[in-house]
Amino acid sequence: MNVWLEKQRHLIDFTLASLARRKTKNLGLLLAYAVLVFVLASLMLFTQALRSEATFVLAGSPEVILQRMVAGRHDLIPPGYIEKIGRIRGVQKQEGRLWGYYYDPVVNANYTFMARPANEVASGSIMVGATLARARGLAAGNVISFRSYSGKLFAFKVSAVLSPDSELLSADLVLLSEADFRAFFEYPAGYFTDIALSVANPQEVRKVAEKLSASLPDSRPILREEVLRTYQSVFDWREGIMLTVLAGAILAFAILSWEKASGLSAEEKREIGILKAIGWETSDVIRMKMWEGMLISLTAFLLGFIAAYVHVFYFGAAVFEPVLKGWAVLYPRFALVPTVDGLQVATLFFFTVFPYTAAVLVPIWRAAITDPDSVMRA
Amino acid sequence: MRRPSTLAFILLMVMSLGVIAIFAHSWQLTVTDQSRLQANRTLVTQLGLTDLALFSESRYTRHPSQADLHSALQDHPGAFDHFPTGSLISPPAHLTKTHERLAGKTTSPD
Repeated sequence: MNVWLEKQRHLIDFTLASLARRKTKNLGLLLAYAVLVFVLASLMLFTQALRSEATFVLAGSPEVILQRMVAGRHDLIPPGYIEKIGRIRGVQKQEGRLWGYYYDPVVNANYTFMARPANEVASGSIMVGATLARARGLAAGNVISFRSYSGKLFAFKVSAVLSPDSELLSADLVLLSEADFRAFFEYPAGYFTDIALSVANPQEVRKVAEKLSASLPDSRPILREEVLRTYQSVFDWREGIMLTVLAGAILAFAILSWEKASGLSAEEKREIGILKAIGWETSDVIRMKMWEGMLISLTAFLLGFIAAYVHVFYFGAAVFEPVLKGWAVLYPRFALVPTVDGLQVATLFFFTVFPYTAAVLVPIWRAAITDPDSVMRA
Repeated sequence: MRRPSTLAFILLMVMSLGVIAIFAHSWQLTVTDQSRLQANRTLVTQLGLTDLALFSESRYTRHPSQADLHSALQDHPGAFDHFPTGSLISPPAHLTKTHERLAGKTTSPD
C-alpha cells in the first residue's frame, strides 16, 4: 500500500512540475474553469435557497383559497356564498378575506391593502411593511394619507412597521381595519375578495376542492400545493433563463477545455515520448495525466463552489441579483438562509470534474501506446 | 523543501474542509435563521398570505399563485402583455403553424 501511495505521490510531483513549466497557460485554464463553476454554483445556490425559503414559509398559507370568476375575471364574493360552503363536509373553517391593490403615485408603486380584525389593527390606523415604510420615510406614530379611487383623501396613523425580517412577504403590505378597508375602496357591505378555507384532514383537500367546484361552478379553488408549485416553477424558470443566457459561456468553456484536454501540444507529445523512452509504462503515463486532469478540475470545482457560497450568502449574490430576483419599485431587502442541496452539488461536480478528467485520457492513451520514437519525431 | 504533492494535498484538504463546513453550516441552521423562518411562517398563517412580495409590478406578478390564467392579457380585448416576463414564453404551437396549402387541391373554385 505504502509503495503504491509513494508511487502516486511521485507521479503527482512530476505532474505538478510539468504543469508549472506551462504556468501561465494552466493558471489561465484553472481560473476560467473556477469562474465557470462559480457562476453555475452561484445560480444553483441562490435559486435553491429562494425555493426552499418559499416552500417553508408558504407551507403556512391557507389550505384552499376560493375565488369567484365572472367572464374569466376574478370577481367579488357575494353575500350568502360563504354559508353555502359551510355545508361541505371536511371544511373546518371558512373566512371571507378583504384585500386589494392601491397604486401610490408618490413613489409609483403598487401596495397590497389587506383588512385585519379590529383586535389587530384599530380603526384609523395602519400597519405597513418595512420596504414601504422605507420608500415613504414612515415610522410608527407618523400619519400618512392616501387618495382613494373615488377621490377622497384618507389619513391613517402608522401604528407599527412590520418586522424587517419579514420583508420577503410583507414588503408592500398595508394592514388596516375592515371598516377602513370597506370605506377606502367603497366595498359593498357583505362582499369579500375571496374566501380562505381550512380543511382539517390534508387527505381531503382535493376532495373538498372537487365538491366546491361542483356546488359552486363559478368558483375557482386554489390549493396550497398549487401555490407551492407556482413558486417552484417561478424559480425553476428564472434559473432556466439564466442558464440559457450562460449557455454561450458554458459552450465556450467546453470547447476550450476539450481543446486543451484532447489536443496534445508537440511539447507534451515529446514529453510522453521521452518518458516512454526512459522506461515509463503506458499505465504510468495515463495515471500521471489523470492526476493532472483531476488536480485541475478538483481545484477549480472546490475554489468555484466556495467562492459561490460566499458570494450568495455573504454578498447577497450581487452578480446575478437583478436577473434572479427580478425587479420592483418596492423591492424587499432580505438575507437568504443558507441551503445546500447535496444532489445538486453532486450533479454539478459530476458535470464539471468528470468530463475534463475523461477528456484528458483519450489522447494520452493514444500517444502513450504509440512507439516513443515516432511520438518524439512527430 | 516540501514536495509539491504535499502542498497540493494541503491545498485540496483545506478546500475540502471548507466545502464540508459549508454543508455543516447549511444543515445546522442558526437560532436566528430558525426563529426568522418560523416567524415568517407564523405571519403567513396569521395573515393568510399566499405569495412572496418579490415582483409587485402588476397583480399577476405580485400574486402569481392567485392570478387567473389570462390575467396577463385581460386589460382589454387583444391587449399585449405589458411586462417583460410574458415575452419570454413561446406562443402556443397552433399559432405558429402555417396553413395547409390547398392550391389546386380543391374541387370547387375559390
